[in-house]
Amino acid sequence: MAPDTFLALDQLTRRFGEHLAVDALSLTLARGEVLALLGPSGSGKTTALRLLAGFERPDAGRVLVEHVDVTALPAARRRFGMVFQHYALFPHLDVGQNVAFGLEAIGAPAGDIRRRVSEALEQVDLAGLERRRIGELSGGQQQRVALARALAPEPRVLLLDEPLSNLDPTLRERTRRELREVIRRIGITTVLVTHEQDEAFELGDRVALLRAGRLEQVGTPADLYGRPATPFVATFIGRASPVPVMVERGVTGVLRLRLPGGGLWTLTPEQETGREIEGPATLYARPEALRLGTGTDGAAPGIITSLRFAGASSLFGVRLALGHEVEVAAPLGSAQVGESVGILPSRRGLGGMHLFAPEAR
Amino acid sequence: MNRHSPGAVLLGVLLALLLTWLVVYPIGIVAADAVRGVDGFTLEGFRAFLARRNEWQALWGSVWISLATVVLSAGIGVPLAVFFTRYDFPGRRVLAQLVALPAVLPPLVGVLSFLFLWGETGFAARLVQRLTGSPDPPWRLQGAGAILFVHAYSMYVYFYLFVRAGLRGIDASAYEAAESLGATRWRTFSRVVLPLLRPALAGAALLVFLSSLASFSAPYLFGGGFRVMTTQIVSTRLNGDDRLAMVETLALTAIALVGLVLVRWVDADGIIGGSKGAPPAARPIASRRARTVLASIAWLLAGFLLLPHATLLLVSLVPLGTWTNEALPPAYTLGNYVTLVSDPVRSRPLFTSLWMAIVATAGAVAIALAIGALVVRRRVPTARLLEWLVALPWAVPGTVFAIALATAFSVHAPALLRFILVGTPVILPLAYLVRNLPLSGRAMLAGYRRLDPAYEEASASLGAGGARTMRRVVIPLLRSSLVAGATLAFVAGFGDFVTSVLLYTYDTRPISLEIMGSLRSSDVGVAAAYGVVLMCVSAAVFLATAEREPGG
Repeated sequence: MAPDTFLALDQLTRRFGEHLAVDALSLTLARGEVLALLGPSGSGKTTALRLLAGFERPDAGRVLVEHVDVTALPAARRRFGMVFQHYALFPHLDVGQNVAFGLEAIGAPAGDIRRRVSEALEQVDLAGLERRRIGELSGGQQQRVALARALAPEPRVLLLDEPLSNLDPTLRERTRRELREVIRRIGITTVLVTHEQDEAFELGDRVALLRAGRLEQVGTPADLYGRPATPFVATFIGRASPVPVMVERGVTGVLRLRLPGGGLWTLTPEQETGREIEGPATLYARPEALRLGTGTDGAAPGIITSLRFAGASSLFGVRLALGHEVEVAAPLGSAQVGESVGILPSRRGLGGMHLFAPEAR
Repeated sequence: MNRHSPGAVLLGVLLALLLTWLVVYPIGIVAADAVRGVDGFTLEGFRAFLARRNEWQALWGSVWISLATVVLSAGIGVPLAVFFTRYDFPGRRVLAQLVALPAVLPPLVGVLSFLFLWGETGFAARLVQRLTGSPDPPWRLQGAGAILFVHAYSMYVYFYLFVRAGLRGIDASAYEAAESLGATRWRTFSRVVLPLLRPALAGAALLVFLSSLASFSAPYLFGGGFRVMTTQIVSTRLNGDDRLAMVETLALTAIALVGLVLVRWVDADGIIGGSKGAPPAARPIASRRARTVLASIAWLLAGFLLLPHATLLLVSLVPLGTWTNEALPPAYTLGNYVTLVSDPVRSRPLFTSLWMAIVATAGAVAIALAIGALVVRRRVPTARLLEWLVALPWAVPGTVFAIALATAFSVHAPALLRFILVGTPVILPLAYLVRNLPLSGRAMLAGYRRLDPAYEEASASLGAGGARTMRRVVIPLLRSSLVAGATLAFVAGFGDFVTSVLLYTYDTRPISLEIMGSLRSSDVGVAAAYGVVLMCVSAAVFLATAEREPGG
């Protein structure tokens, strides 16, 4: 564990009956770092957050804050602030009383509480709303009150459970930016759970991708997109479709991919992130790593089956000769649905060609 | 909260033991006494029970009266609920509330008002006599018909309230979906609405069946020669044949449990209100004439349903000995109420009932709150047992329960955990507490299940400990469930007759017994005045809970 580690999850494991919800999960955060736990539903990200908060006890593993084991500490004594998915604002208390709740629980003096409540509300742009009833607030305001309430007692760690999922899409983007600003300004170590890539990428310094309770990969958004550790990461982050290929390595380090149904692609070293694979492999190619090149040598023949307009370049669905489907990004009008085309690697060395062993998942 | 704290587990075990001791153990003792002879085990009691024709008659009487009550109550309550939910006409809101008013008459008070209204010397009979000039009363309010009449009047309310709540839980889109699929109104009702109402119907049917099986006041006062099990048990006991009374008690319990199991089985895969949202708005009746006719019928019906209440009020104003054979009482006074307050002998039962009901309610609510937390949140190992123990007294008829307590706690055997409580002021509050525990227990369990655990987690994550979370978050959020559970338990205890009649002492004589006493000494004015007090307390309590109902 690095010496500057502030928060650490060490081999955390939690099972519900036969089901392993979180499986030996280890992660570390530096002080002030924001980590996004990303994954499909059922991947264990919420359970991981609840283990961190102290609402669940792990079957094995530890949670450490500044190298001190807090696993046995009940939630009430962990000093972790949490924003709940549905906020869980106390409906029988007003905004000020909600924000004051945590300060009262730690026994802050009354005058102090009043000042800190108004500071916390100011921080989230809700100054002066102390006496408002919770039911009178909009969804966005409730979200900010929940944040103010969690931050008021100055917790060591901030936990966010799908913090934006309850907001409508137009509000979500704005609230996301505001949330990021508040977190950065305070500089609090934060773990957030989300199933939205955009949210994870914008809020997280690093993103941990979970599947079936296990950590698939952790890294910056660019790492996850550019160097996926597993086929799951390659397909969950961004678009990529699997095609079985034969990998041949030339003596000069030049790499050749033989595609099913014809096609022989030559890749420059910077175009592939396939490690040392040779022989049969599965290729996950990003749409922008491919181009349409009819009649060119080595092009894999296919037929355009679908066309989706996506701004600057459109996404062409192409069925290769043996039935495998790939997506190619190209300017609108490059081809028509039903047209026969050839597929080639993009000329720009953008990466986006990921090779994995055929049995990898 | 996946791991149980040792304290929670211990409390769960202690509560389970306490309830087992108070609920299961006494019934077990009844069962043991039923087979205990002079020299050990004997089935003599059962043999006597099976051999006697009148025992069979009483058992059969209980069963068919209860089934008939279910059918009659459903026949009245369901159409009323549909009518008042679906159709709009002038005065609908007020009438929809008035129709539920029989609920504010505690069983004994309802019976009392029926006696004054429909009895052979009641207002209705006198009116008919005056119109026909006949010297004899036109009818006698006695036998199975009279019991059914009282039952249907007081119990259709369960169907009415349950079905109305059920209809309100069906989203408008369910009707619209059926309509867009080409279903006729009848098809929509039979294929969509009825299945969605099944839990409400099953719940109401069970409640009516058990209430009517346990009904004591109506058969006691109107049964005449007609036998049902509850009155049979009391008379057997008064005759001194304790063993036979035990067997009868077991037989009645068995029928109640069969009813409970049957309904649970029918409703096992009950659909839990799948849709959330708004029910369709009540449909205004287009034709002006139909609207007028329906509104008039509805008002007449409401007036009819309110007659017993009015009767009670009227009789309570009659001075002692002034009303003999006139159609309406010739003189009115508030003297009966003054007596209730000023005469210490008269006012004492009021205070006795009040303190016993308050103590019992406080105890029941505290136990219910603890059980809610242990069962729903902590999921202690004894959770299922606790939930079952809390529900059980509900299925056990009041007579059975009183007999069981009277049997178990009239012996001093500390080693067997049997103490002499009968004859002490403890027994009645204790009986009320346990008997009405299902009312507060169900309310708290339901409230806890609706309460999002995130509130408690939020409180914990803000540094609040268990006690603080309970005081500042859980209790305020469960307030409506607490109030509902407490008021139901209080009303039931305050007006209780069936357990009191078997367990009271002179010092703990509650209102219901005083009503019976006044009635026996022909002091109908005072009896009615007590009845009005009970009715008003119930009404106030129901009004208070009804207002809070929409809250979380």
